[in-house]
Amino acid sequence: MSGTLTSGRRGGPGSGAGGGTRARRARRAQRALRTFAFMSPWLIGFGVFFAYPLLSTVYFSFMHYDGFTAPSWNGAQNWRYVFAHYPLFWPALRNTLWLVAVMVALRVVFGLGVGLLITKIRTGTGVFRTLFYLPYLAPPVAATMSFAFLLNPGTGPVNSVLERIGVKAPGWFDDPSWSKPALTLLALWGIGDLMVIFMAALLDVPREQYEAAELDGASPWQRFRFVTLPNISPIVMFAVVTGVIQTMQYYTQPLIAGKVASGVIQGAGTQFEPGYPDRSTLTLPQLVYNLGFQRFDHGSACVVALVLFALSTAFTALLMRRRGGLVQAGD
Amino acid sequence: MTQVLDKPVRTLAPAAGERTARRRALLEWVAVHSLGVAAALFFTLPFVFVFLTSLMSDTQALSRDLVPHTWEWGNYRKVLDTPGFLTWWRNTLMYAGLGTVLTVVSSIPVAYALAKFRFRGRNLALMLVISMMMLPPQVVVIPMYLFWAKQLDLSGTLWPLIVPMAFGDAFSIFLLRQFLTTVPDEYVDAAKVDGCGELRTLVRVVLPMARPGIAAVALFQFFYAWNDYFGPQIYASENPGAWTLSYGLESFKGAHHTDWNLTMAATVLVMAPVILVFFFAQKAFVEGVTLTGVKG
Repeated sequence: MSGTLTSGRRGGPGSGAGGGTRARRARRAQRALRTFAFMSPWLIGFGVFFAYPLLSTVYFSFMHYDGFTAPSWNGAQNWRYVFAHYPLFWPALRNTLWLVAVMVALRVVFGLGVGLLITKIRTGTGVFRTLFYLPYLAPPVAATMSFAFLLNPGTGPVNSVLERIGVKAPGWFDDPSWSKPALTLLALWGIGDLMVIFMAALLDVPREQYEAAELDGASPWQRFRFVTLPNISPIVMFAVVTGVIQTMQYYTQPLIAGKVASGVIQGAGTQFEPGYPDRSTLTLPQLVYNLGFQRFDHGSACVVALVLFALSTAFTALLMRRRGGLVQAGD
Repeated sequence: MTQVLDKPVRTLAPAAGERTARRRALLEWVAVHSLGVAAALFFTLPFVFVFLTSLMSDTQALSRDLVPHTWEWGNYRKVLDTPGFLTWWRNTLMYAGLGTVLTVVSSIPVAYALAKFRFRGRNLALMLVISMMMLPPQVVVIPMYLFWAKQLDLSGTLWPLIVPMAFGDAFSIFLLRQFLTTVPDEYVDAAKVDGCGELRTLVRVVLPMARPGIAAVALFQFFYAWNDYFGPQIYASENPGAWTLSYGLESFKGAHHTDWNLTMAATVLVMAPVILVFFFAQKAFVEGVTLTGVKG
């Protein structure tokens, strides 16, 4: 790693036009050393907490290892097990697809809507913005516990109100077909991050374009469609791709929702089969925990970890390609 | 959505046109602000109901009432007196506080190098930082756990979560780097002409200008640690003495099986500090969120 990062050292001695004098070489070496010194915390972090464990994950995915007896080679066994026999893998992948299709899409639409709304509000803007933003800050465990209470079919205020006005209330986190919509609702509640990003983007749209469109007699919808949307499309793209990446990491909320709704008591060694109700809240990261720390099958856990790695890397690559700006900042 | 407010269209006689324009503007104001109030209710009512339930008596918490008959402030006392709760507070403060300091101190030089030095592999390094930032922590958790638990015997503590923060955090590096690229090179060069070394230039000239960026990074990191559930679950679950608030909170529902009132009181106590911190540092925070998405 250090070889590629150190500056100047290979700055092309041929091109140096009689350079390479001792003083210049010394200065280059000094600059390389300086870069190396400044980068060193990350270089160590990258090696010890990223590169080494990633290679190690690949290695363990081909081993049988339960954490107690010595690891032993078992070829593609873990891979075959995860894809063909592990009962939780495909439900988790299906749930992830559902969340990408519904939760991410709704979050982008809702985030844009709330962003638009906040740019139109002229009275009490600061208060509205703070109120809209606040739920984003609620710690995920606390927010999920709150929603598990608000939506619980027994005593929850939401169902109390719904039934009082004569609507047949759903079972939310206790009903396999309503648990993901309930999680989506929780995700829409915490829209603050997207709202702020969209708000900034909307305020950056040049005013003259709106004025020109208005002179041409464009309707409000046409102005949105042909002026606003093209201007903010990179941000929409950014929101979609980061949303997908976040969905790959979606862990705490579905796990807590399932645990609280199922009434499982936490503690060391608790065997909670994740995904309550009926595997409907399973996500890929939960499988790593289930395989590695509940079933003590480290090898298969590493297989799922690599699937997760492949998916997030693919979408990150997409993000960096579509938004070169993310990388080339400033200059 | 319409822009009538700023630019009334004058096609009819001025007076009549102005009147319709003003009426449209008023209608729009009402529509926009009604929507605003509806949205505000959606965002705040969950907090309100959680808070109201946290003040109900045990028996009332089992009912479908929305507002407490008697206001049981003692619920909060009971939560604070629960064995372990104050320990979780202390652990959370240590994880979040120490972690934030270590992250900021170790990420600044890296971000500075990525923003201001020219060297081979800089873009590659930046791409790797972004990749790390996007990586779910579960991808490398098995070898990491084996490393901390089997080789260093540190499971049952929060050290496996704190120590790595001394080696730069990808998200913080990225955010700081975005911020530092906006510091004009002229300042850096001027400091060097004045005979400042690289480190002095960074500390004396660049950092004071990057204060908002540093504040945003510190806040994000603090909240990250405060909210983290997966980390403590992996490394601290076996030892309740090392639990954090986010991890311990869930055990509340288990221990107080049906007592939503106490569970909600505990929930409020976990949310409150974050929201308080936000009110004191709102600007830095919002700026930071914007920086992740828009600038660059």
